[in-house]
Amino acid sequence: MLTLTCPYCGIAAEETELQPGGEAHLKRFGPGSTDEEFEAYLFARKNPKGVHFERWRHAYGCGKWFMAARDTATLQVFGTYSAQTPHPTPEIVAAIRAHRPDWQPDWTEATADTSAESLNA
Amino acid sequence: MTETGPFRLPRGGRLIDRAYQLPFRFDGRQMRGLLGDTLASALLANGQLMMGRSFKYHRPRGPIASGAEEPNALLGLGQGGRFEPNQRATTTPLVGGMVTTPQNCWPSLNADIGAVNNWLYRFFPAGFYYKTFMHPRPFWKHVFEPIIRRSAGLGKAPTEADPDRYEQAYAHVDVVVVGGGIAGLTAARDAARDGKSVWLVEQTPHFGGRTPTDHADGQARVDALLAELRGMANVTLRRSTQATGLYDHGYLLVRESLADHDPNAGIPRQRLWRIRAGHVVVASGALERPLSFAGNDVPGVILASAVRDYIDNYGVAPGRRIVIVTNNDDAYRTALVALDAGLEVPVVIDARSAAGGALPAAVRARGVRVLTGSAIAGIKGGQAVEAVKICAHSGSGQVTETVDADCVAMSGGWSPVVHLWSHCGGKLNWSDAQAMFAPDPNRPPTGADGKAMASCVGAAAGDLLVPALTGAQAESATMPVWVMPAHATRKMKFKMWLDFQNDVKVSDVELAAQEGYHSVEHTKRYTTLGMATDQGKVSNINGLAVLSNALNQPIPATGTTTFRPPYTPLTLGTIAGEARGEIFQPLRKTPMHGWHESHGAFFEPVGHWRRPYCYPKAGESHADAVAREIRAVRASVGTLDASTLGKIIVKGPDAGRFLDMMYTGMMSTLPVGKCRYGLICNENGFLSDDGVAARLSEDTWLVHTTTGGAERMHGHMEDWLQCEWWDWKVWTANVTEQWAQVAVVGPKARVLLERLGGQIDLSPEALPFMGWAEGEIAGIPARVYRISFSGELSFEVAVPANRGLELWEKLHEAGRDLNVTPYGTEAMHVMRAEKGFIMIGDETDGTVIPQDLGLNWAISKKKTDYIGKRAQERSHMTDPRRWKLVGLESVDGRVLPDGVYAVADGVNPNGQRNTQGRVTSTYMSPTLSKPIAMGLVLNGPERMGEVLEFPVAGQESYKARICDPVFYDKEGSRANG
Amino acid sequence: MAEALAKISQVQDWGMIQIRADLARAGDAIAAAVGVALPERGRITSDGSRSLGWMSPDELLLVLPRAEAAEALAALQDALSTEHALVLDVSDMRAVFRIQGAKALDVLMKLCPADLAAMPEDGLRRTRAAQVACGIWREPGGYVLIGFRSVADYLRGILTGAAAPGTQLDPR
Repeated sequence: MLTLTCPYCGIAAEETELQPGGEAHLKRFGPGSTDEEFEAYLFARKNPKGVHFERWRHAYGCGKWFMAARDTATLQVFGTYSAQTPHPTPEIVAAIRAHRPDWQPDWTEATADTSAESLNA
Repeated sequence: MTETGPFRLPRGGRLIDRAYQLPFRFDGRQMRGLLGDTLASALLANGQLMMGRSFKYHRPRGPIASGAEEPNALLGLGQGGRFEPNQRATTTPLVGGMVTTPQNCWPSLNADIGAVNNWLYRFFPAGFYYKTFMHPRPFWKHVFEPIIRRSAGLGKAPTEADPDRYEQAYAHVDVVVVGGGIAGLTAARDAARDGKSVWLVEQTPHFGGRTPTDHADGQARVDALLAELRGMANVTLRRSTQATGLYDHGYLLVRESLADHDPNAGIPRQRLWRIRAGHVVVASGALERPLSFAGNDVPGVILASAVRDYIDNYGVAPGRRIVIVTNNDDAYRTALVALDAGLEVPVVIDARSAAGGALPAAVRARGVRVLTGSAIAGIKGGQAVEAVKICAHSGSGQVTETVDADCVAMSGGWSPVVHLWSHCGGKLNWSDAQAMFAPDPNRPPTGADGKAMASCVGAAAGDLLVPALTGAQAESATMPVWVMPAHATRKMKFKMWLDFQNDVKVSDVELAAQEGYHSVEHTKRYTTLGMATDQGKVSNINGLAVLSNALNQPIPATGTTTFRPPYTPLTLGTIAGEARGEIFQPLRKTPMHGWHESHGAFFEPVGHWRRPYCYPKAGESHADAVAREIRAVRASVGTLDASTLGKIIVKGPDAGRFLDMMYTGMMSTLPVGKCRYGLICNENGFLSDDGVAARLSEDTWLVHTTTGGAERMHGHMEDWLQCEWWDWKVWTANVTEQWAQVAVVGPKARVLLERLGGQIDLSPEALPFMGWAEGEIAGIPARVYRISFSGELSFEVAVPANRGLELWEKLHEAGRDLNVTPYGTEAMHVMRAEKGFIMIGDETDGTVIPQDLGLNWAISKKKTDYIGKRAQERSHMTDPRRWKLVGLESVDGRVLPDGVYAVADGVNPNGQRNTQGRVTSTYMSPTLSKPIAMGLVLNGPERMGEVLEFPVAGQESYKARICDPVFYDKEGSRANG
Repeated sequence: MAEALAKISQVQDWGMIQIRADLARAGDAIAAAVGVALPERGRITSDGSRSLGWMSPDELLLVLPRAEAAEALAALQDALSTEHALVLDVSDMRAVFRIQGAKALDVLMKLCPADLAAMPEDGLRRTRAAQVACGIWREPGGYVLIGFRSVADYLRGILTGAAAPGTQLDPR
């Protein structure tokens, strides 16, 4: 049973105080999107063994959704962070790389990569 | 001291108090034990060596251990609601007045009919159940299954409710040390000296572990550590407290015995601690392994360490003439303890070619014969050991000598207890030198920070003697012995037990290997090795060593089975904790709940809420009550407690835009002072909730949800606001419980409400249908919504929750002459169905879209987007063959059963009838005096008047004609009063 | 029979006002309007009969004598009239319990997964008590626990049960 620190409250909440919300950073496709785009948005989910980004809600607490970066196999938590970001933050990327040097982000936003490198440097 | 049994020694027993005798019953006989005894030690003292029978062959069984690993001495404990099967006699403290019963035997422990299996063992080989009961197939149901069911299961389940209380508690601790032996005590002291908060939990009632028995000044060493620990404020010591499992992120489950089997203590029997441990130190020691020789299961063959425990701890002689058989030095300690107690040790049989250590020397010095390179060829005796047949270990069992004895103390070496280490992924290394699996410190179980969340110390880490702490001298090496003698015959292997409870023998594991079971996990399930209640504590290593030999591969290549929690069984009571009876689960009650109760309401659960289903009067059936309530509402006026409806405030400059995304319809254009019905879908397009929204002010809406939907819809809104549109300025608040809400419904509703007085103008002009107003009613601040779920003139009145009962009572006082009638959820359901209104959960099941329900009028055509819109454009959602909502009129006057399917021509690939629709709501309508129903039907709206067939097993098919779903007041004039 | 671990009593005369706003922008105005200092994250501030609790990054809970609720509501609405804010009287929405006594923490440790022993003196912790949501803070001699009114009977049941005589958590 996991313990995650709510980035809003700063307290470690255990899993029974939290509500899981599945994969983080999905990009919504609405009317006007192709069938393929919409299908991918609605149904296609990553299922990695290793680094993964998830949504959790501090349901028995402040009620806020937050994101968690963790390893699905070892359950190591690299960090939790605000839900109001389209991609994991540079700090999170740096924390993951510190433990998983070979891990590569799979999003293409250039700024995330460069700032992570600068943090590592 | 014969009062407490003929085998009680005149002296000794460091854990017993000879001043306190405790009477107890076993198998209908009265016996006496001593304070401090376990059940096993008390029974042994009374000469009761045989304590049960094995599972498969019903062979006589005595204890082989003195602790949690015991597979044999399992008893039924207690009576009535406190009866518990499969309790280990070796870990159960004796309590005066205890009533115990042996298990798995009939008609009695001594003369057991099932023991005939024992003579048929050749016909019960490994995989017997899989092989035998396969053919002929028809035999399974009527012959095999009843036989297996009768003989399956160990012990009996209790038949009465458990009268004891249990509780749980949470703790957050820096370091939890599991095991109160010398290694654990030392680890706790070291952690405490570092300033950490430390718990030390010990499964038995005593600290010290093996050290006081096994090492000369052991007790003094333990006492010194305890004295220091007891003086430290940051240390908590808990005895009779069993760590049962270590889970993710340092979550440790621990069961503390508070009043086990002492029902008069007036406190909870057990407490389950749910601990978040910063680090867990596993100091759980090691368990001794049996030796696999023929006859090793005869009562009286006991682990060497257990023999000296019974003598030293309890002053009990497991036998008077004890033969030791071993592959290591440690067992020689048993010889010394036995001799000190005045018992005979005729011979020590040592499989090793030499026994040159200090311990063997000490035993030889006492005049005891030590036979090296020797083995046991067999045991003479059935229900008890009579003699030991000795042979050379290197041979195939040629008997060289027979020695009379009533007890055999065996030691096959030791295995560290690595369960907690392994539960969350800690890895093991095989040590050839010590013939054991020990924790690999480089591959620990890891926690949230990626670092080790557990470490092992002492014997659990493979440091069996812990010389640094015990002062023990080095001992000569253990020689692995997996089968004794080394070249035992096949016939001998049929009598070498690995799993004593499940009757799995060396021959069974070899047969499994021969039949292709190469994986240890498969072999376990095929043979049932390690599947007994001790979960392989005794049998695991011996079994996999035999399997490895049979497969001709080293032991690490075979590996171990998975260690899974719990280490010892948990009572269901501790898992339930406080959740039983009145507080089994939270029941949500409205402010008027007490009134409903005192007026005879029959409640139904709606989520965690309890809502009145109806208010039956004396002698009235529920159906009659519902019909009466409906007639009263339609004729005059009724009241419904609608407080459970969800109420969510949505406020902000972007609130309108936000609600337009939440609802399928347009909410931003709703004028202040008006209400609008709306549908909320999920992103899959499926209808999720419905309700009426009211615009309170320019930037504020009040959203009503279904009773079950309040928390869900509030969460849904917050999800989209926080995770998708976080720059939109919208606040939401779930104020469901701030308000009590009463629906005042019926042609006399206005008359009744006006009688209560207040400043709200309730006239049709001032408060038209789908309008709302604010003010006071009966002196209570209120909001009144003119909305209707029944088709009648209807006002929903919301007042602060603390004043809900006051409003309700005033309505009933003021409306007595109007026959104002409280009505429940069933009347509400029937009335809405009479009007063809859908109900979330009846007409919807998570696969239904609003378009299926003829609700296109509630879907905005103008909006470019709303949650679910894109999904509703998918080809499957726009398929004209989707089943659509219609009314269903029973042809023969019978009420259609709920959920039944309408059949179509032909059959599907499984040979089942094709279907073309199903019933979603069905009632007897008191208003129309006929059955009414709604359903989803293929092309339904275009098939008015067609008759559908609904087959029901064992009955004549139901038939119903497709019709308009609005059965009553199609013009909708009644809502205007 | 030994005494209960703590005295459980229900409070009936408290008012509560829920405030949602951008606390960085509106915090000072709120504090001025209610006469209690703005609490830090996870804390509750008190001044006389009023307390102001931090419920989330954009939510505060004002606890005050019920008779003062209407006036405080108006003052807050006035103070926040130019802000994007939500101020609601939620005085009827909750059940409030006092857990008073030397072993009050034992009672809560049986019900809440939160580390309440480590909670700061002026902390406010939202967590769960057995199966329902709750908020907890300290007061002299014990704790205050708030939950939803519909489960008041349940809360009383679990609190009273956890406080049963003889069930202190000390090792035996």
